[in-house]
Amino acid sequence: MIKFFATLLLVGLLGWLAYLFADLTPWWAFAVGAFIAGLAIPQKAFAAFFAAFLAVFLLWTFLTWQIDEANNGLLSGKMATILPLGGSSWALIMVSAAIGGITAGLAAATGTLLRKKV
Amino acid sequence: MRFLAAGILGIITIALIYALDTKLGPLPPAGALLSPSHGLWKNAEPADKDFSLDLKSAKLKDEVSVYLDERLVPHIFAQNDHDAYFAQGYLHARFRLWQMEFQTHAASGRLCEIIGEKSGDVSVLEKRDRYFRRLGMVYAAERSVENMKKYPQQLEAIDAYTAGVNLYISQMNPADFPIEYKMLDYAPEPWTPLKTALFLKYMSYDLSHDFDDFEYTNLKNHLGMDLFEKVFPIMADSLDPISPRGTVYQTSLSAAIAPASVDSLYLNRGGDTTIDGFAFKVEKRSTDIGSNNWVVGGAKTASGRPILCNDPHLSLNLPSLWFETQIHTPEYNTYGVGFPGAPAIIIGFNDSIAWGVTNAMRDVMDFYEVRFKDSTMNEYLYNGAWVKTEWRTEIIRIKNKADYVDKIPMTIWGPVMYDATYASDLKDNKAYAVRWTAHDAGLEMNAFMQLNRADNYNDYLQAIRNFQCPGQNFVFASKSNEIAWWQQASFPAKWRRQGDFVMPGWDSSYAWQTQIPNDDNIHMVNPERGFVSSANQLPADTTYPFYLGGEHDLYRGIIINRYLRQMSGITPADMQKMQTDNYNVMAETARPLLLKYIQRGRLDVKGKELLVKFESWDLRADIHSAGQTIFTEWYKELGKMVWLDDITRADSLPVGFPQAATLLEALLKDTAFVFLDDKHTSDKETIEDMITLSFEQTVRNLDGKQLGWAAFKATGVRHLLGGSLAAFSRLQLPIGGGSNIINAATGNWGPSWRVIVHMTDETEAYGIYPGGQNGNPGSKYYDQFVDKWTNGEYNKLWIIKNEAEAGGKAKWKIHFKPTA
Repeated sequence: MIKFFATLLLVGLLGWLAYLFADLTPWWAFAVGAFIAGLAIPQKAFAAFFAAFLAVFLLWTFLTWQIDEANNGLLSGKMATILPLGGSSWALIMVSAAIGGITAGLAAATGTLLRKKV
Repeated sequence: MRFLAAGILGIITIALIYALDTKLGPLPPAGALLSPSHGLWKNAEPADKDFSLDLKSAKLKDEVSVYLDERLVPHIFAQNDHDAYFAQGYLHARFRLWQMEFQTHAASGRLCEIIGEKSGDVSVLEKRDRYFRRLGMVYAAERSVENMKKYPQQLEAIDAYTAGVNLYISQMNPADFPIEYKMLDYAPEPWTPLKTALFLKYMSYDLSHDFDDFEYTNLKNHLGMDLFEKVFPIMADSLDPISPRGTVYQTSLSAAIAPASVDSLYLNRGGDTTIDGFAFKVEKRSTDIGSNNWVVGGAKTASGRPILCNDPHLSLNLPSLWFETQIHTPEYNTYGVGFPGAPAIIIGFNDSIAWGVTNAMRDVMDFYEVRFKDSTMNEYLYNGAWVKTEWRTEIIRIKNKADYVDKIPMTIWGPVMYDATYASDLKDNKAYAVRWTAHDAGLEMNAFMQLNRADNYNDYLQAIRNFQCPGQNFVFASKSNEIAWWQQASFPAKWRRQGDFVMPGWDSSYAWQTQIPNDDNIHMVNPERGFVSSANQLPADTTYPFYLGGEHDLYRGIIINRYLRQMSGITPADMQKMQTDNYNVMAETARPLLLKYIQRGRLDVKGKELLVKFESWDLRADIHSAGQTIFTEWYKELGKMVWLDDITRADSLPVGFPQAATLLEALLKDTAFVFLDDKHTSDKETIEDMITLSFEQTVRNLDGKQLGWAAFKATGVRHLLGGSLAAFSRLQLPIGGGSNIINAATGNWGPSWRVIVHMTDETEAYGIYPGGQNGNPGSKYYDQFVDKWTNGEYNKLWIIKNEAEAGGKAKWKIHFKPTA
């Protein structure tokens, strides 16, 4: 359980750093963070996947929600019409967060599986 | 085992990231687009965004302060022109980068790089990229840039502007790219003077492309010249020309003389149809492109000072074509709208004068059939001898495909636009070269730069004479109570009907003989009647010695002049009311005729109901007007019924469609008009039959439909990428007006910038455009003015006198400093 939360916190922290240093990193930098967390903290691949998924899912939900609030939902509403997600800002936030979460989860699980061999 | 699992999972992870980073067909790269750090979320501008900024550049000569007001209009305070244009370039890029680049990509035939060879079923390569390249857009822009080098002032301006754009681009990270780049998955490239030239050529194209030569030729050969004259008459009887009837034209150049062979070879009166058969669907300029401008002199205004009004009708798009700006230097203080992509103010005013433009609609693009010796196209016939072709190579890069190399034969006329290699629509295997004044290296930018600093009538006149293409009606007003209008461009001196049809390219006597001297261009200065106006109608009647060509508007000019003649004691509020006026003078002309000849006894109940609505209509195209909807549909049906049976060719070669006014003008003087009879029936149809039949068709068309005019015509301001981006567009706007009406808001076209300038000591000005200053769809400033524009309201323009005033009221400040 501690390892689960440690992974969650580490992935979240690295993901947040990737967000802060967006100018210097590609959009998928958070996945590298998740991979590193997977390497660093020994646990089951499934647990690593869910911890990292949850970390990035929550982080991205928070970040996009915050941006969306400041923007009064203007762009998310338009993009959610084009993509198409029925014009729902929340749907767009959830899809964004889920894509980030899955990517992070896979990266963390890969890291965990590699760990024993390293 | 674990290692294998890790390997597989690792590959899946990387594959997923790669997939999310890649544009899959029409789908944008999903991961990159949805990422909070790099994707669309970065374009979601906070509603309380602070636009203040401090910037440095080695390219600046002095400090520049830009004050942004609450509508995001920049007020540039610079110490010299160079720095002012630098700041303008920066601001255009900051707020409108994507559109500037996209439009210049389109103009230079580079859309395949972004979109790929095809978009749906449409070949981007054939319809867009090869089209613009073979029309000579890049060739023309290159010649303009070359010519600019001879004018140091212009060269410095364009270099400064370019440096300003590039300062912004160089400071961007991919996360900062406008959202359209992210959706289409490409990146901005450095700006160049050529791109500005391309943008200006694109405007020339938009306002002066005229491929009617092909359709007219097909129709003339089908009907014969005498009937053709009835379908496309040179002048309408009701015409109220820009320069009033009765004007005596004393030109220094005498009228152009047509070649001796013109009757037999060109007009085919002798039955020789040497040039015939173009199975080519031409790119038709919208008939709704147009504009109004007028100036009332001090004698007609309440203040005793002139008022200048202008509303150019262009394609209504988001981001808007226009960007509002004030430029203040120690030498001048100018305010108005400019084009993102080019320096200077295009329509505006300064502390002494104001100017405005409408399109002249004259034909400055002609086609010549070229006879090559053989299929190598290395030699072509010219005055009985073989002349060597010069070749121009255009390399078109295509996304995910090999380059396409287009070799364009260059002739004495210009580029050969159509030949066997570019025959997607052309099935006759002939070759046609294009002669277009936009190829002649104009100095259009210079005209505007000089207008920005003009102090009086002479400065204005000198400024506009730099302007070569497209033909424009430049109206003028000054604080010293002068008003004027000049139709300005480099116009070829044509003989009657020259260039209406495709001309024989092997005979030099069909060439444009000479340019009309600037002094001979049609104009008015301080006229007796106290006003000047233009609305795309013919500038003069046929007593002007040169042939004008082109398709011209008729009714807007009539109603504008009627109002202006009647009015006195005019205020800016009166002008606002007039600019947004929905009165339909064409319907006023047509209704008595329609009502006189309709056979009421033949109508059913629904028909009678609709006719009552039409009869009681107040002739205004207001939002809820049913009468305007009925009239529009009825007149359209009548036109189809009268014309189509006669003009349609058995071989279905395109013949175009007559202008709306032609039929009405014809019926007003001849109720037995030769085209009335429907050839497909054995009966002889009369005017009563055609009017009644077309009304019955109208009743069927409108059955069950909402008759409210605004809903019926569906005016919208569409994103430049068009239909699929409805969410970035503003559709179904509740606005009245339409074709032939001063408030010329049609489905896709309309008043793109309404401006009113009152030349009082302290300039009083109002303006509005259907867009917003920020091109970012994620900004609240994106479509900020659309609702006000729709309602016919205006923004009062804040003309800042000095920096002390600016400092107090402006919301944000962008400060530029030269690097020491």
